Amino acid sequence: MLDRSIIEKLEALVGKENVLTSKMDLVAYSYDATADVPRQAPDVVVLPTTSEMVQEIVNLARANKIAIYPRGSGTNLSGGTIPLKKGIVLSMQRMNKILDVDAANLTAVVQPGVVIAALNSAVAPFGLIYPPDPGTVTTASMGGSCAENSGGLRGLKYGVTKNYIMGLEVVLANGEKVRFGGKTVKNVTAYDFSNLFVGSEGTLGIITEITAKLIPAPKYRRSMMGIFKTLQDAGNAVAGIIAAQVIPATLEIMDQMTIRTVEDFANIGLPTDAKALLLIEVDGMSQDVVTAEAEAVMNVVKTNNGDLHTADTDQERDQLWTARRNALPALASLNNTVVLEDATVPRSRITDMLVACENIGKKYNLTLGTFGHAGDGNLHPTILCDKYNKEEISRVHKAVDEIFEAALGFGGTLSGEHGIGIAKMKYLGNELGQSGLNLMRSMKEALDPEYLLNPGKMVPLKEV
Amino acid sequence: MTAAANTKTTATTTYHDDLEIVRQELDKCMKCGNCMAVCPVYSIDKVESAVTRSKIAVADAVLTGELSLDDPQVYHMVFNCLVCKSCMTNCPTKVNFDRIVLALRAALVRKNGLPWLKKMIFSTLKHPKLFDTGMKVGAAMQGLVFRTDKTKKAISPRSPFASLGEGFGFDADRQMPELTVTPLRDRVPDVIKVDKPALKVSFFTGDSLNYFYPDAGQDLIEVLTANNIEVHIPKDQSCCGVPVLVHGDIDTVRTLARNNIDAFDKTGSDYLITGCGSCGGAWKHDYVELLAADPVYGLKAKHWAERTYDISTFLTKVISFRKPMGEVRSVVTYHDSCHLKKSMKVFAEPREILKSIPGVTFKEMSAPDTCCGSGGSYVVSHYETASGIGKRKAEDINKTGADTVSVGCPACMMQLLDNINRFGNAQKTRHYISLLAESYRKEKGK
Repeated sequence: MLDRSIIEKLEALVGKENVLTSKMDLVAYSYDATADVPRQAPDVVVLPTTSEMVQEIVNLARANKIAIYPRGSGTNLSGGTIPLKKGIVLSMQRMNKILDVDAANLTAVVQPGVVIAALNSAVAPFGLIYPPDPGTVTTASMGGSCAENSGGLRGLKYGVTKNYIMGLEVVLANGEKVRFGGKTVKNVTAYDFSNLFVGSEGTLGIITEITAKLIPAPKYRRSMMGIFKTLQDAGNAVAGIIAAQVIPATLEIMDQMTIRTVEDFANIGLPTDAKALLLIEVDGMSQDVVTAEAEAVMNVVKTNNGDLHTADTDQERDQLWTARRNALPALASLNNTVVLEDATVPRSRITDMLVACENIGKKYNLTLGTFGHAGDGNLHPTILCDKYNKEEISRVHKAVDEIFEAALGFGGTLSGEHGIGIAKMKYLGNELGQSGLNLMRSMKEALDPEYLLNPGKMVPLKEV
Repeated sequence: MTAAANTKTTATTTYHDDLEIVRQELDKCMKCGNCMAVCPVYSIDKVESAVTRSKIAVADAVLTGELSLDDPQVYHMVFNCLVCKSCMTNCPTKVNFDRIVLALRAALVRKNGLPWLKKMIFSTLKHPKLFDTGMKVGAAMQGLVFRTDKTKKAISPRSPFASLGEGFGFDADRQMPELTVTPLRDRVPDVIKVDKPALKVSFFTGDSLNYFYPDAGQDLIEVLTANNIEVHIPKDQSCCGVPVLVHGDIDTVRTLARNNIDAFDKTGSDYLITGCGSCGGAWKHDYVELLAADPVYGLKAKHWAERTYDISTFLTKVISFRKPMGEVRSVVTYHDSCHLKKSMKVFAEPREILKSIPGVTFKEMSAPDTCCGSGGSYVVSHYETASGIGKRKAEDINKTGADTVSVGCPACMMQLLDNINRFGNAQKTRHYISLLAESYRKEKGK
């Protein structure tokens, strides 16, 4: 527990109503959306409303060597916001103003607590969108999404968060506020700090303002579903679509286990004897182009022995995407704990990765379904288990180890969109090597020598 | 067997009786946070303890002993919820959060009893005659504390009460519906006959239509008779019990449920009609759940649950209601009451009725199913948050350009009355059934 005088100083800085210390409130900030990671309540939760307040809080924390855990909506999936070493949870939920929408420059400036969907609603009247759309788009905050470098269903064509962050204001561990980047499309001044802080998971600085890139909203789209008898056919179709020089906005895959579970859960008429489904959407500004791309995709599906189902109305399109939206909840309804990974491989190895996941599930006798973003190689092997069954949980951990080993073996990466957090720290060396870990530590210590910011995440604490 | 005698045989098999039963419900929560997107309380408070998933985490901590129900903050959290069920409609794994929060409240009451004020109010509810007298005395005396706005049939606090009430919403701007001197059930006979009735129904008035909006209650009866339906209004019906249920006083709700079942059994009607989403939900869901272990009343509750209809569903689905001919010149928007849409699944029917009225231009507001902030007594205990929620609703209503906001739940009507007065453009708040009744009346040139 923090000294009472620290709490009083925090209250003086941000107002009593923005400082939470009751045990109940601390429990409420002891977790995020990640399953199977430790829970820990902080000493205090502070909800600043300006970046100056953030600076003051950092100065106070530094003077008293108190850890700070920046937090958005807490929808992250790698344990990145859990206050492992207690201290201050710095919740950005009340810094939620959209400061500027600049249609002429295709930019928006927002505070970190702005919810992604709220930004999209604000720019929609200008015919614009902010494309990154994590599954939690209606709740996830811009700050949290920047810090985690989150992705989503449109990643294949539109990329991830880092492709849309043009500038940031960041409060550093020394209390200084820095601003870099901005509204210019071309900005090559100095180090590329935006790309350093995006994805830094709150370990290098605290994001207090974001300049985001917007794009014109696509005017036309076509959606369809390919139904396959083998995983290989589905995997080849993914490769074939790219080879046909079509970049769909969305190209999602579901394995048989997921198909059957979704069907049981939602009864939407999915073909439960299929080994895999591809859900595909092409979009663009011209109807001719979109039609031509849709036809090219249909040809690829057919030549890879796939049955085709197209959505001709908005209603049919919604039905089609209901299947994808239901994938996680359907799987989750099978048991009390969902371990959701985001192992990612080059898209040419999608089939290999799907087969590997299936085999790992069998090997450890686990309920494992895989769905995900086939087009960008970002898969979600999802294990359903019983948190009260220790023996099963130990098998889950072994399976997860093997999933990441497989992904790295295929030239992939540990995270396509969820980040490293606590959950995947132990694998980091396998991808980056010792020299990579050394670089990580150098960066951390250059910016946060006392490990005040989100300690114990991404870069392990120094052993004393 | 009388209802009172039955109170002692309280079943102990529901989550209302044993908090441990909700553990399975807690385990369903993935902590994904989808509830944040739709929680009206979170939209104002912006803290985790307002969000459903956190309340689930706290409930879990209570079950494991990490937190105690006696913790004042836990108490506050348990009651800082409108039970609007918005989170439940947005929950991917379908956590029945209403069960969790009601189980917590019931556990609190079992442990610490009811606060004295609630105890006093709830115990009078169990004695309908005493309660009825109290309401009439209240109606006679309200002029001492309140001044009346005759055109709106609304009352507002007089000074010095208004100045005392500043800061918690009981100020001079606060508008409430007038408490009627002659309640609905005193205005109409037990049975309202028609020539050669097509059907016989019983009307459960609920307290709000009886004491605050008797005109809307009369409109409902008028609409039924205009459709050749015989209407029974048992005089010995009491409060539906939802206002008590949400405060965790389970014994009282069971008593009220049995009372009401007895009263309606006597009518022998084919259907039970409600004009309030909360009352309808009580008959359709809550009584069945609460009385499940009661060998006699459990079956009776099921019997009535299958025959309970919101008036809009009855008119559109059970009978094909007579299309109204009288012109009601009005631009109308419709607010989806939480209990009507999320519990009773009624939303298309009231719109169908409104659109059938000649002269009515229907304008949908954005997000018509977001909560208005009433939550029954929530607006009293958490006026500031409720008012923040109500303000947004009033702004959404303003944007439609409507002159009337139509609702299917009297509690929402009260909340909208106050918030439209503060933040709105002087729109009228009316039960949708009143618009239909007006159209029928205008046919006859009334």
